[in-house]
Amino acid sequence: MKLTMASSPHNHSQKSLSKMMLSVIAACIPGFIAQVIFFGTGVIIQLVLALICVSVFEAIIMVLRKRSIFAALSDGSAWLTGVLLALSIPPLAPWWVIVIGSFFAIVMVKQLYGGLGFNLFNPAMAAYVLLLVSFPVQMTAWMPVTELLSQPTTLAQQLSIIFHNFTSTGFSLEQMRTTVDGMTMATPLDTIKTDIAHGLTVTESMQKPIFGEWAGLGWVWVNLGFLLGGVYLLKSKIINWHIPISMLVSLALCSAIGYVANPGTEPGIIFHLFSGATMLGAFFIATDPVSASTTNKGRLIYGAIIGLLIYLIRTFGGYPDALAFSVLLLNMAVPLIDYYTQPRTYGHGEVK
Amino acid sequence: MEKLLEQIKHGTVWPFPGGVHPPQQKSQSNSEKITRLPLPDKLVVPLKQHIGAHGKLIVDKGDYVQKGQALTSPTANWSVPVHAPTSGTILEIAPSPSAHPSALPELSVIIKPDGKDTWCQRQQVSNIKTIDHDELINIIHQAGISGMGGAGFPTYVKANTDKKIDFFIVNAVECEPYITADDVLMREHAVEVVQGIEIMQQLLQPTLCIVGIEDNKPQAISAMQKAAEHNEHIIIQSVPTVYPSGGEKQLIKLLTNQEVPSGGIPADIGVLVHNTGTLFAIQQAVYEGKPLIERVVTVTGNTIHKPGNVWALLGTEIKHLLDCQGFSPVPQQRVVMGGPMMGFTLPTVRIGVVKTTNCILAPDHNELAEPGDEKACIRCSACADACPVSLLPQQMQWFAKSKEYEKLQEHNLFDCIECGACSYVCPSEIPLVQYYRVAKVEIKEQQADKIKADRAKERFDARKERLEREQAERQNRHKRKPTTKSADEKQKVADALARVKPKSDKDGEKSAVAAAIARAKAKKQQGEQLEPDNSDVAKERAIRKQQARQYKEEKESQGSSESTDDKKSAVAAAIARAKAKKAAQQNSAESQDENTDSAPVDDKKAAVAAAIARAKAKKAAQQNSTESQDENTDSSPADDKKAAVAAAIARAKEKKRQKEGNNPS
Amino acid sequence: MTLLYALIALGSLALIFGVILGYAAVKFRVKGNPIVEQIDTILPQTQCGQCGYPGCRPYAEAIANGDEINKCPPGGESTVKKLSELMGVEAKPLAGGEQAEPIKTVAYIREDECIGCTKCIQACPVDAIVGATRQMHTVLIDECTGCDLCVEPCPVDCIDMLPLAPTKQSWKWQLDAIPVTQID
Repeated sequence: MKLTMASSPHNHSQKSLSKMMLSVIAACIPGFIAQVIFFGTGVIIQLVLALICVSVFEAIIMVLRKRSIFAALSDGSAWLTGVLLALSIPPLAPWWVIVIGSFFAIVMVKQLYGGLGFNLFNPAMAAYVLLLVSFPVQMTAWMPVTELLSQPTTLAQQLSIIFHNFTSTGFSLEQMRTTVDGMTMATPLDTIKTDIAHGLTVTESMQKPIFGEWAGLGWVWVNLGFLLGGVYLLKSKIINWHIPISMLVSLALCSAIGYVANPGTEPGIIFHLFSGATMLGAFFIATDPVSASTTNKGRLIYGAIIGLLIYLIRTFGGYPDALAFSVLLLNMAVPLIDYYTQPRTYGHGEVK
Repeated sequence: MEKLLEQIKHGTVWPFPGGVHPPQQKSQSNSEKITRLPLPDKLVVPLKQHIGAHGKLIVDKGDYVQKGQALTSPTANWSVPVHAPTSGTILEIAPSPSAHPSALPELSVIIKPDGKDTWCQRQQVSNIKTIDHDELINIIHQAGISGMGGAGFPTYVKANTDKKIDFFIVNAVECEPYITADDVLMREHAVEVVQGIEIMQQLLQPTLCIVGIEDNKPQAISAMQKAAEHNEHIIIQSVPTVYPSGGEKQLIKLLTNQEVPSGGIPADIGVLVHNTGTLFAIQQAVYEGKPLIERVVTVTGNTIHKPGNVWALLGTEIKHLLDCQGFSPVPQQRVVMGGPMMGFTLPTVRIGVVKTTNCILAPDHNELAEPGDEKACIRCSACADACPVSLLPQQMQWFAKSKEYEKLQEHNLFDCIECGACSYVCPSEIPLVQYYRVAKVEIKEQQADKIKADRAKERFDARKERLEREQAERQNRHKRKPTTKSADEKQKVADALARVKPKSDKDGEKSAVAAAIARAKAKKQQGEQLEPDNSDVAKERAIRKQQARQYKEEKESQGSSESTDDKKSAVAAAIARAKAKKAAQQNSAESQDENTDSAPVDDKKAAVAAAIARAKAKKAAQQNSTESQDENTDSSPADDKKAAVAAAIARAKEKKRQKEGNNPS
Repeated sequence: MTLLYALIALGSLALIFGVILGYAAVKFRVKGNPIVEQIDTILPQTQCGQCGYPGCRPYAEAIANGDEINKCPPGGESTVKKLSELMGVEAKPLAGGEQAEPIKTVAYIREDECIGCTKCIQACPVDAIVGATRQMHTVLIDECTGCDLCVEPCPVDCIDMLPLAPTKQSWKWQLDAIPVTQID
């Protein structure tokens, strides 16, 4: 019986990559359930599609790179990318949207840069931006919440739309999106933007049926779901508080300033915080460790600028939501931020 | 300062950033009293157990030594003596595996105890007020005391500082899991430890003495408080349990809110830190006259039947400790000297306890998991959050892997205390500390290489200058002879050279080389070939390198203990190498000549060789005869010389024969 | 007219930049050829001549004049890498199939075999061998660069190039290379 040599430390905290990734996926569950409730079972179909696609693409690349498929898949990072992508695209988008998105995220953004840990950009968000820019119609075709639909959709019909563009009864997605009063619905953020451009005030716009008491109907609950998941992540110390808090505070601050300056065309703090992908972004996307800043000071700056950019693009930009663009822009700035925010090492510089 | 003192006395501590909370695992070993082991069969006492040079050996093989008798005497450079841990006979003085991660052999005195345990003459001091500073320092020095917490810095050097010390800190934190040696020492010997503190107080005259103890050792805290009641300059400070609060720099920050400047020592900011065990050893040396020959060692882990603390004589083999406490190893057993965070695994249990050995940990696989496979870094910076010196381990890891050492140094690699907190928390199980250690050694090596290269350059330039000067002098001498024309001179030199050359051509190879050089020169003159032709040399070198590699591999595959065999085999390998080299050259020379008729060449060579051998023998004989005339009085060295020369000739001849044998005829 | 303005603007810009460049060329002129110095500091200074030049400095000059950067076996791959960074050329594998990390060696004279011929002393580029005619020679290990140049001239082949023994300071944490013994 021989002695074994090993390098210290001889103990480990038993944290592991796959546990972390699976926890993040688990934390998506509340938001996911809210999305299913309000936007139908299409979300589930997209999720299953995404998981299959990312697994297949990851496996193919691993074969090409002559690495272990099991090791790559078991770390769970590809699945997390798939989950995030599935949660951010419209539930009834055609099937090829998620396939292209998964391909771009896994193959181009992640593996071609060297695999997990080497990608400069958040794969899910880069794929989202690619899809948004290339297929604007499909990517903005969000269904209104189910209760506003002229006819309830079944799982079979949704499958049919995703794979054949039409339901078995011959309705297209456009027709499905039409509400009881015959109006085509966009997302709340989109609606507000269009209405303000048309000269309506926020209060007038908010009268529309897709808005609830504070913000978009259903969207509030989806955001609350992700907030709940985010709190779990913070509590289990899987993510640090710096990025989500600074991002939310920055977004709230900007919208507060905007509201004070121009109450007529500004929907206000609550609307911004609980619309679109705010909470998903704050807790699940901006905190992606690979592409985010790694110093505590840097994280505060990173989060704060994302919050600012989200507000600026939502208010002044051409797109209704801005999370993906803001995150990608800041991904590019990470090396710079990290370089200038190195913590003071013990025994260096000013000691108080 | 006043305010700081106030705060410290009030019990304020200043937490450092980072830190981790590994499972404590201390209760297994701290419930029993310290036990004393039976005398082992032999003791292996390394001469160097601290930072600095080892002392001069003052005993010899076969000597009888008494317990406490010095085996070495200190010389310059921070050397500290070692002592015989018990009475007995010195079996041997030989290198043996050392208590270092590399286990590289260290010269050790191996003692066979006689079982009587008779003490040598001891000098005891009853009242320290009566002896002066230098004498106290000398007692501590001669007792062989060096830091017993980990680094092993000579205590007398620290105690003799000429800097003003404000805070004298006693490191009784013991933050590593499993280890309870200081804990139980304080429980049982608090009075002695406090006496040790008072000796240091007399030496250093600090403003305040702070004893830092982690709050998971309430019994030790109360024992120390009771023992130090009478001394108002000693404060027992309870500090929160977080690893690595026992790091010297972390403890200073924790207790005094001061930071040791990077690259500096605590004395620079008026702080001095000593370990509990060291203070106990100081007390024993001064009041009892006992040099440092034993220490408390925690023997613990799930494979140990009776985990606990023992008084172990320095030099006791780890095997003895394990056997006495009961040890049932598991497959792929790890035996760690030190704690689970900073300790190192031992390649053999035949290593002696040294002054810095505070724990022997023999875990099974459930309590301390084997390291898993290294996965990709996802830059989660859990490591940076855990780092007690606020480094960016994940960035440094990239630089270490890509060997960007300048960037590593910019990221303050050398401030890393190798506490292992980063590796402990890393979800990708990257052995971060291992990367930093390797990088540190390589950077230091590069710096040493740079210094060496600079010196080599200097020496090369000096030599070149000297050669030029000598040449110039020679030319000046010739110029003074007006009769000789330079052309004639050259001709003469050339003739002389031509005469000399055949003589020195002991075998055809030289002439071949000379011919090659001549050809190269001719070509160069024609301007055809600007670059020198070094392909032959390169070929030879490749062969040599190949052999060096083989040699290294061989050496690595052999056990390190068989040093004599190593030496022999090294010499043998070297000889074989040299022979192979010559043979290779011969062959290459051969192949060049192959176009021409080879048989005459061989004949010629053989003739030349014989002539040279004869000439050499004659020359050697002459040389010997002159020498023996000179050294009539002392003939034996001359004989040696003769023998050596004869051997050299025999070898040369043998070589020749071999070559001829090798020649394809 | 616009054409004229454009010409005048461009012309004056050219003039201004020309003056600035001319001034800079005079003001920041570098004396000597520092590139040779820089190359020389990267080279390991073994003065072994394995590159084909008589010493490190001549090779540094040759590199500055466009010779290949991969002719220095004692420097190994790290030297090639540094040179490639400095010279802005691509790093190549070492010429002649040398291995990436050379094994450091020092010359060792088997002293009882040495006949005192001084040939190695003459060959040593850094004067690291001491001795006199018909006296035993020995190598100053600290000064020896491991260049091999003394091995060849020795008539009795009593010089070996031995790998430097590892010390605790130079040990690079090769835990898997430590021979492990059985627990008995």
